[in-house]
Amino acid sequence: MYKVHNKSSSFAKIYLILIFLLLYTPILFLIFYSFNSGGTMGSFKGFTLDWYRDLFKDMRLFLIVLNTFAIAILSSLVATIVGIFGALAIHSYKQRKTRNTLLSLNNVLMVSPDVIIGASFLILFTIGGIKLGFISVLLSHIAFSIPIVVLLVLPKLTEMNPTLMDAARDLGANNWQILTKVILPYITPGIFAGFFMALTYSLDDFAVTFFVTGNGFSTLSVEIYSLARRGISLNINALSAVLFLFTIALVIVYFLLQQRSNLKTMGVRK
Amino acid sequence: MHNKHIRRIYMIPYALWITLFVITPIILVGYYSFFDIEGNLSIVNYQKFFTPVYLKMTLSSFWYAFLITLISLIIAYPTAFFLTKTKHKQLWLLLIIVPSWVNLLLKAYAFIGIFGKYGPTNYFLEWIGIGTKQILFTDFSFIFVAVYIFIPFMILPIFNALNELSPSFIDAANDLGASRWATFRRVIFPLTLDGVKTGCQIVFIPALSLFMLTRLIAGNRVITLGTAIEQHFLVTQDWGMGATIAVFLMLIMFIFMILTGKDV
Repeated sequence: MYKVHNKSSSFAKIYLILIFLLLYTPILFLIFYSFNSGGTMGSFKGFTLDWYRDLFKDMRLFLIVLNTFAIAILSSLVATIVGIFGALAIHSYKQRKTRNTLLSLNNVLMVSPDVIIGASFLILFTIGGIKLGFISVLLSHIAFSIPIVVLLVLPKLTEMNPTLMDAARDLGANNWQILTKVILPYITPGIFAGFFMALTYSLDDFAVTFFVTGNGFSTLSVEIYSLARRGISLNINALSAVLFLFTIALVIVYFLLQQRSNLKTMGVRK
Repeated sequence: MHNKHIRRIYMIPYALWITLFVITPIILVGYYSFFDIEGNLSIVNYQKFFTPVYLKMTLSSFWYAFLITLISLIIAYPTAFFLTKTKHKQLWLLLIIVPSWVNLLLKAYAFIGIFGKYGPTNYFLEWIGIGTKQILFTDFSFIFVAVYIFIPFMILPIFNALNELSPSFIDAANDLGASRWATFRRVIFPLTLDGVKTGCQIVFIPALSLFMLTRLIAGNRVITLGTAIEQHFLVTQDWGMGATIAVFLMLIMFIFMILTGKDV
């Protein structure tokens, strides 16, 4: 019996190692060839940092990176604010039916395929007379980030004990004070999680942006797509290495934030 | 009461968002599907959709999405299962999720190199004596890359379902003399079915609409519903037809959501 168990656990180990290899090989492969002086992803000629030098000299790309971050930060900020309002509104409805209807409407953009969101927003902006470019991309990113913020803030509101608000009111707090001194501090972990998810949604998005971006404006994803369609250029590899490091940094920040928020809510529960 | 007044203030921006960016776009897509390429009101798009060309494309798009979902599930379930058995499982799970945060296009681009004519896969095939093969721009490469991209999304909900499963169920099954396979088939799998359903939802619907992969990896050999929508909107500028396909994609989506719905 013991032996059988042992065998299956070593099988599990091998299986997991294979999965990790599968998941990480392509990424490491990209980064490895970013140091190739040969210019292809086929044969490694020699070590070079030229592609990184090219990358950091490329002013156009630098502007695109700036655009991408401007869109991500602005859209996440606005989406977080509207999302908090949305969560508060949904939470204030006591009837189950109204709540569920609002939640279903909220989730439409979460489950819709990107192409449909992109195509329908393209129609919307064209009819609304909004020029395709920075504004249309920003509005789209705000729109598709709102539902995730709502979904991450709402559980914090439901988990909050309503007697906290009654107590505040009995002690003479007005509505504004209840909101800023009681509710908002309590749901802060949810707000951070929502903002962070909105940020990653925006940075990662390709399909929706591709539809509504027009000619003059580009984000990183759209730029990578058009570069990749032209074929292999090791600039993209260097870019992917930089982005991968950035992603790892984000993951670490997210992980730490989550640890902290777990500690915090545990503190409140006590 | 006072509360109603505040609620109205909360509701304004959110309701504005719902009307402008949720309801209006759906209505607009429906509206546009009734216009032909010249801008005349007609149902020609719907007639076109029911011609063999479009029906075949829809079916093949389905078939690819089905294969991608099935293969992802087959790979992801054991992964999630073994992950729950590890020490520090949350950390390992995080490491599974990290690749999903790398830009999808970069991952697709990596496979252009890996599967390319002079890439490592062909080098390997050459080395074992099979010889250079055209791997890129085939159905195989499309399905492989799509599965690669979706595996973390399939693992996550299944992992959560398995993680919430109380070990006492398994102990009970063991005590009652169930074999390991019987325990899995009769206890573990049914109790984690919700996670499987969520995973299938997360994978199947985007798999119907992946147009960037078909362009980059399948070189227009595979045309999914998403590719067709993109083609009509951004290349041929036949928005009516694109909107019609979008209407059907939404219908399929709703049917699939109901079929895999957790409450039903």
